Amino acid sequence: MQSQTYNYKVVRQFAIMTVVWGIVGMLVGVIVAAQLVWPELNVAEWLHFGRLRPLHTNAVIFAFGGCALFATSYYCVQRTCHTRLFAPGLAAFTFWGWQLVILLAAISLPLGFTSGKEYAELEWPIDILITVVWVSYAVVFFGTIATRKTTHIYVANWFYGAFILTVALLHLVNSAEVPVSLTKSYSAYAGVQDAMIQWWYGHNAVGFFLTAGFLGMMYYFVPKQAGRPVYSYRLSVVHFWALIFTYMWAGPHHLHFTALPDWTQSVGMVFSLILLAPSWGGMINGIMTLSGAWHKLRTDPILKFLITSLSFYGMSTFEGPMMSIKTVNALSHYTDWTVGHVHSGALGWVAMVSIGAMYYLLPRMYGKTEMYSTKLITAHFWVATIGIVLYIASMWISGVMQGLMWRATNPDGTLTYSFVEAVKASYPFWAIRVLGGVLFLTGMLIMFYNMVKTIAGQKAYEAPVLAPAGAHA
Amino acid sequence: MDINDARTVVTVLGFVCFIGISLWAYSGRARKGFDEAALLPFGEDDLPLSDSGRQTKEGNKNG
Repeated sequence: MQSQTYNYKVVRQFAIMTVVWGIVGMLVGVIVAAQLVWPELNVAEWLHFGRLRPLHTNAVIFAFGGCALFATSYYCVQRTCHTRLFAPGLAAFTFWGWQLVILLAAISLPLGFTSGKEYAELEWPIDILITVVWVSYAVVFFGTIATRKTTHIYVANWFYGAFILTVALLHLVNSAEVPVSLTKSYSAYAGVQDAMIQWWYGHNAVGFFLTAGFLGMMYYFVPKQAGRPVYSYRLSVVHFWALIFTYMWAGPHHLHFTALPDWTQSVGMVFSLILLAPSWGGMINGIMTLSGAWHKLRTDPILKFLITSLSFYGMSTFEGPMMSIKTVNALSHYTDWTVGHVHSGALGWVAMVSIGAMYYLLPRMYGKTEMYSTKLITAHFWVATIGIVLYIASMWISGVMQGLMWRATNPDGTLTYSFVEAVKASYPFWAIRVLGGVLFLTGMLIMFYNMVKTIAGQKAYEAPVLAPAGAHA
Repeated sequence: MDINDARTVVTVLGFVCFIGISLWAYSGRARKGFDEAALLPFGEDDLPLSDSGRQTKEGNKNG
């Protein structure tokens, strides 16, 4: 017989590093935001905006978001399959391998080593390491599902599984490159094909890394924290397949009005609009899970995080399709509006749902039912929410303003404003963004303190593996 | 038949497949399985035993 407890060690490690990397990644975000307001802060070449910006995106997406996904998927898949994690040695390898990837990114990006592809900047040796870690992750995850003691595969695991498979595919295709030295490579593709593959990757990184994976998190942790099953399981099945069938096609909306064929741009726009349906289906399914238990929102700050994250998910998945419409995109593209939209999704949806899930997980990793301080969770919630609102609102205003200033023409056809005038007009909003970012980061520091106090003096805990679902129907 | 016809066929098949899945999901046949699956996160209580005062596990639902 196998061991009697679930493998919590790897979950615990990833959960703690989620908080740590969250702080690091968001701190770099605050620094780059401050550099836009005070350019003097670009003190040395390796601390320059151009090198720190990819460090920020990689750290928050792959270090913070990635660790949160590893932690929650390993937790969810064991517990809903009623079996211990498959191949524990390999699971431990995914932890140390992933930390090594993050460390290498943190060193190589400030040094200026980059393949120049957005969200895929890391050079080829690191790409190979990512592939090895990711295949191990797939073996552990799908191995656990294959050895499950339950009849059904819970819907959260479908989302996690789709996320793991698709990210493997995206990474392999987009990272195909020709190395010329240990630290430099060039894309295997050229011209508009290269751009299309990059944004097929880029948008599906949003769709599967930042959406499907976190929807898996939502489908497990919202019902658990609310203490009731998901609102409609059949809707979750349709939600899953609708998302899978449509997301793959939306990438071209990143290349409106470029050399990409016009019909391809239109396909991207149409599929982006269709995406509104599954996105809102999922949001409604998550929020309605609370139906009949709305009062819990008043007292439970973890539920506040989870449900607010779904509200931001709904907001940003409405905004996204609107921005993919060509005429809207003509105004919004290349402006701060895009940056605001991304952060409405990244801070509001991804970070909030991860934070909620971590507050659920962390005490359980140490045999406790609650975090050290519930009041501090509430404080974190409000500080983070105000931070997001400041961030998004300032970016909306500066984005629309920039778009309008760039397109304004005089009666004789000349441009009304030079580019630098739009930059100058953006300063106040960039300052507000710094404030929003500082608030969000402060929330993470509160979380760190709460985590340390929760863990201090506690022994690591492993919950027993329980009988198959059928045994206690 | 060139490659574009194959692409069209795959797209249409994908759509038909999705409609099929939706019809199946909303048919009565899938209901029982869905009801069971929806309870999977709750087949157990993941709070430590000592905290809820439950020493025996099987069938004890007093938590």
